[in-house]
Amino acid sequence: MDLAGAYEGILFDVAGGFTLLLLMTAGVVCIVWDIFSNDDPVLPVLAAMTCVVAAGWEVRGLDAGSSTAFYDLIRAYGLTSYINITLLISALVSIVLSVPYLNRIRRGYGEVYALILFATAGAVMLASANSLVTVFVGLETMSIALYILVGLVRQGGGGIESALKYFLLGAFSTGFFLYGIALLYGATGTMILPDLAAGFEARGSMMLLFWAGVALFLVGFLFKVSAVPFHMWTPDVYQGAPTPLTGYMSTASKAAAFAALILVLYYGLGDLAATKWQTALAVVALVTMVGGNIFALVQNNVKRMLAYSSVAHAGYVLVALVAGTGEGYAGAAYYLLIYSFMNLGAFGVMALLEWDQKEGSEQTIDSLSGVGLRKPILGVVMTVFMFSLIGFPPFGGFFGKIAVFAPAIEAGFTWLVIVGVLASALSGYYYLRVLYVFWMRPQSWSAPQVQAHKFPVPSLSAAVLVACAVVLTVIGFVPVVRDLPMVYFDVAFTGGTP
Amino acid sequence: MPADFVPLLLMLVLATGLALTLLLAARWLGPRRANPVKVSTYESGMDPIGTARQRYSVKFYLVAMIFIIFDVEVVFLYPWAVSFQEFLAAGSGVGVLVVVTIFILVLAVGLLYDIKKGGLEFD
Repeated sequence: MDLAGAYEGILFDVAGGFTLLLLMTAGVVCIVWDIFSNDDPVLPVLAAMTCVVAAGWEVRGLDAGSSTAFYDLIRAYGLTSYINITLLISALVSIVLSVPYLNRIRRGYGEVYALILFATAGAVMLASANSLVTVFVGLETMSIALYILVGLVRQGGGGIESALKYFLLGAFSTGFFLYGIALLYGATGTMILPDLAAGFEARGSMMLLFWAGVALFLVGFLFKVSAVPFHMWTPDVYQGAPTPLTGYMSTASKAAAFAALILVLYYGLGDLAATKWQTALAVVALVTMVGGNIFALVQNNVKRMLAYSSVAHAGYVLVALVAGTGEGYAGAAYYLLIYSFMNLGAFGVMALLEWDQKEGSEQTIDSLSGVGLRKPILGVVMTVFMFSLIGFPPFGGFFGKIAVFAPAIEAGFTWLVIVGVLASALSGYYYLRVLYVFWMRPQSWSAPQVQAHKFPVPSLSAAVLVACAVVLTVIGFVPVVRDLPMVYFDVAFTGGTP
Repeated sequence: MPADFVPLLLMLVLATGLALTLLLAARWLGPRRANPVKVSTYESGMDPIGTARQRYSVKFYLVAMIFIIFDVEVVFLYPWAVSFQEFLAAGSGVGVLVVVTIFILVLAVGLLYDIKKGGLEFD
């Protein structure tokens, strides 16, 4: 390393990593503020403003060519900006929805906002990683903040149980992940993602070491995105976590992990891996779609149902990655954006409809009887979210599903797409069941205490949920959002033929 | 080459054999006459008082965590201090100084949080 010029590019680096640095700084400011003025109402405003400013900065970077910063450790602009905007929207919506939720359960923790900012910083680092080390540091920063967020509300409802389960399983998967990185480094002699393939050949193509490394590495990722053989933690953790934060976990952490997976597959493995991982990922995508949807059918707890539904959606994104083409990766990035709006909205509605009991909260489907008529705003937006999650035409979910399934057909995985479409038809049952209960069941089906409950809807939360619903309704008709990620990938890149 | 390890193998067999012989011989030959003193937890010490499963303050883990924070700080600062002269000679001294100051400030925030939340107060 050139010691004399070590800080020559510092301004460029700071501009490239601006979102990351801003989120970290704001997180530190929040936590210092919180210890002097516990649970100050300014904290969520500060955190939300940070997300808005960072998102504004990233919008500037959308059209800029992709580049690297901090000695090739992170990527900046281009695809990274696109994913970062998804992450920041997710953080913003979660912060806004968390305020009334935490006030309602009388567990106002100022740390929540600092932790959301730290988790988002980790997610941003993960999504802009250009080195195996950055992938790991980002993943851990995000995960550790999430472990705390899940267990923060220590009041019945299984928050502690969820946090411990998430922590132990997450730490275990991190072990796999780290071991995979070590083996990959052994096989290639480099940590920088775009150099992996060249390093592999220069080292004399140590096949076993390399593929063992890739396999362990993928296990770590598939755990984070809760693909089926590694999904066991998802329903328990999602059910026990505070609901707006469940929405955050299911969108930001999943989008960041998928973004890093895209970076590893596209820049890191490229042609080298195409034939090898395609089959393995195709099998995982298949069982994830089928398994997630079938398990979701039998859930009576709406949060658990949405957890299994998020497993199924991870399967749809995996289908796009299986295609291994530029269109596939671009489709996955687009789907993650749309998926974030749908899931944040669905969990946001559930956060408002949770009924406080002495021992925690109730989210069974029966307790939602007749809510649509009592709370028409929530009913209408929930209808949009559910139809969008099914993939019903006018809404965003439909266009997202086209974007992930079409590249797979072009790449010759028609059988996988047929299973995917059948699985999403199956998902109609449990999504529509929610709407049936919302609109067509009389309120008398729910317990008397639920009927007596007022379910206050703060205007800010309602505004955010309506905004999500409006975005989902119109996003499909704004083709620029769909076409934008295409530019970031070399569309001629075919990823090798299967 | 493998022949060099034959003595090691013999040694291994002998050691295992001797240990097993002694253990089994003691089991077969030794008399077993239990009495209350002999089976007590500390045969030649004091009588145990109460159960070993006692509650102890969970604050221990906080102390351990603070220790880790500053342990890691030293791990990072030591190589930094060693290579500081090189950076200084190359004219990047201010840059590395600023970077490490930021690092220490972030750690200081951790300590501040801990003190304000009463992490160092044992009741």
